[in-house]
Amino acid sequence: MTTLAATAVTAAYRERVVLRECSFAMGSGEIVAVVGPNGAGKSTLLRVLAGLLRPTAGTVALDGQDLATLSRSQVARRVAVVPQIFDTLLPFTVREVVALGRTARLGSFGRASADDVVAVARAIDELDLAPLASRRVDRLSGGERQRAVLAMALAQEANVLLLDEPTVHLDPGQLATLVLLRDLATRRQLAVCAVLHDLNLASAFGSRIVVMAEGQVIRDGAPLEVIHADLVTAVFGDGLEVVERDGHPAVLPRIASPR
Amino acid sequence: MRTLSVLALLAAGLVVSAAAGILIGAVAIGPGDVLAALFGSNDVNGTIIRELRLPRVLGAALVGGSLATAGALLQGLLRNPLADPFVTGTSAGATLAAVAAIVLGLAAPLVPLAAFAGAMVTVTLVWRLARLGGGTTVLTVLLAGVVLTSFAGAVVTFLLVSSDRLALQLRAVLGWLQGGVSVISWPELGVAAIVVALGLGFALVLAHRVDAYAFGEETAATLGVDPDRTTTAVLGATALLSGAAVALAGLVGFVGLVIPHALRFVIGATHRRLVPASFLAGAAALVLADLGSRTLIAPAELPVGAITGLIGAPFFLALLVRSRRIVV
Repeated sequence: MTTLAATAVTAAYRERVVLRECSFAMGSGEIVAVVGPNGAGKSTLLRVLAGLLRPTAGTVALDGQDLATLSRSQVARRVAVVPQIFDTLLPFTVREVVALGRTARLGSFGRASADDVVAVARAIDELDLAPLASRRVDRLSGGERQRAVLAMALAQEANVLLLDEPTVHLDPGQLATLVLLRDLATRRQLAVCAVLHDLNLASAFGSRIVVMAEGQVIRDGAPLEVIHADLVTAVFGDGLEVVERDGHPAVLPRIASPR
Repeated sequence: MRTLSVLALLAAGLVVSAAAGILIGAVAIGPGDVLAALFGSNDVNGTIIRELRLPRVLGAALVGGSLATAGALLQGLLRNPLADPFVTGTSAGATLAAVAAIVLGLAAPLVPLAAFAGAMVTVTLVWRLARLGGGTTVLTVLLAGVVLTSFAGAVVTFLLVSSDRLALQLRAVLGWLQGGVSVISWPELGVAAIVVALGLGFALVLAHRVDAYAFGEETAATLGVDPDRTTTAVLGATALLSGAAVALAGLVGFVGLVIPHALRFVIGATHRRLVPASFLAGAAALVLADLGSRTLIAPAELPVGAITGLIGAPFFLALLVRSRRIVV
């Protein structure tokens, strides 16, 4: 059982304070979708949880250990991050990209162990990348490349998986990758936290929704508890309406009907 | 397996190039006499082979290998196939420091160290500038290189013109600046070889961590690389290699750009393979280029930088055009 918790965290980029005494915790088996308007601090929360940004106040603890006391390679064995940028001009193959997930565990001179080989093969298999394994990653479509970096993060065999806007580069039809990811995360009992822009995607993907505004978590719960008309209007303004569909809330733009 | 065959092939290519470099020259010396000269005959041939051709071939190999390895590291770190010590201005920074050391009258073995320091300052500056650019760094790096190269060039010109010490040997210094392996002595070679060995050693140890920079510095960190320490170490290795190359042969362009780039088509982008392959291929390529520089218009000599520029510049333009979709 893994836990990752931020307690009363304040974080800033130079003078600009983005997180204000923000608290958030998650554990194994949870799939958390973080939503909120632009500038609410969603990506910053994720960077703080990943140890990429040191908070100016408050603590982040991984299984009770202060994240600031762990080395990058110790963190990488337990927390994987799916990068938002995954374009590269260098002709790495898909298999090589997935193998990057093992960086923290490689021996001297980058030698791979039997475990490394198995973990890479498993991640490739789980994301259906076998047919693409020898292809150059810079020549794949956005959706295929996304799958390659997801496999890279899975190959890390971390207990926590953090994703920042994983859908920006995807066509609507490629969102199935997220469903696949959710199933894999459940099977591996990962603690998953994804920043998502789309409220519908968030309520379909997450077992738990966290709403952020002005650097704080203002609501936290199951999709149906959180995504309702009052909250959506309060956070995003009155351009949206909420309807229920198959036990999931659905958020639609409120468009005035033509006269 | 394939990697090993490629490396073996490249090593064989280096040996053949070196043999050609020793056998061929302005004075015709037969293979038998060359062998005799290598093992210590005391006639004129012995002097030509042991004091001129052999140090020159070894020097060219060190310069080419260093530049190509430094290019591979820089391209990986900056995620930019258009980077090498020459276009980033790192070589120019090393040149400036080396010229300053000569003007100040420092002992000859200290010149490579000065060149290393100059390279380190410049390459760190380039890295900082590239980081300001955020995700896309290609254009920033090239512009930084242009600016740093012209700045260093201006200071070097000022030093050359105002220094009495250099006025006497202006021609030699100018030849060196344009990229020439002609003034190599054994002690000079020894110091450079130690610096290169250090740089190459670091490069081999760090190679697999450079791979992690493929999607940027922050992703390298999440993959378990300590970004500050690793970046400094990789820049240090780059500076050792570029500094040694500049101390031996001045400004030799484009070897560091072309060699790693061409090799990626053969053995892929993984730096664990690319770094040793680049060293071997760069060494062989510059030994051949140097052979061309002293035989093409013999008895006159071209600076080897002219040859690498002739081949490398069009290659660079082609790359720039091909990558233009991501350059902006």
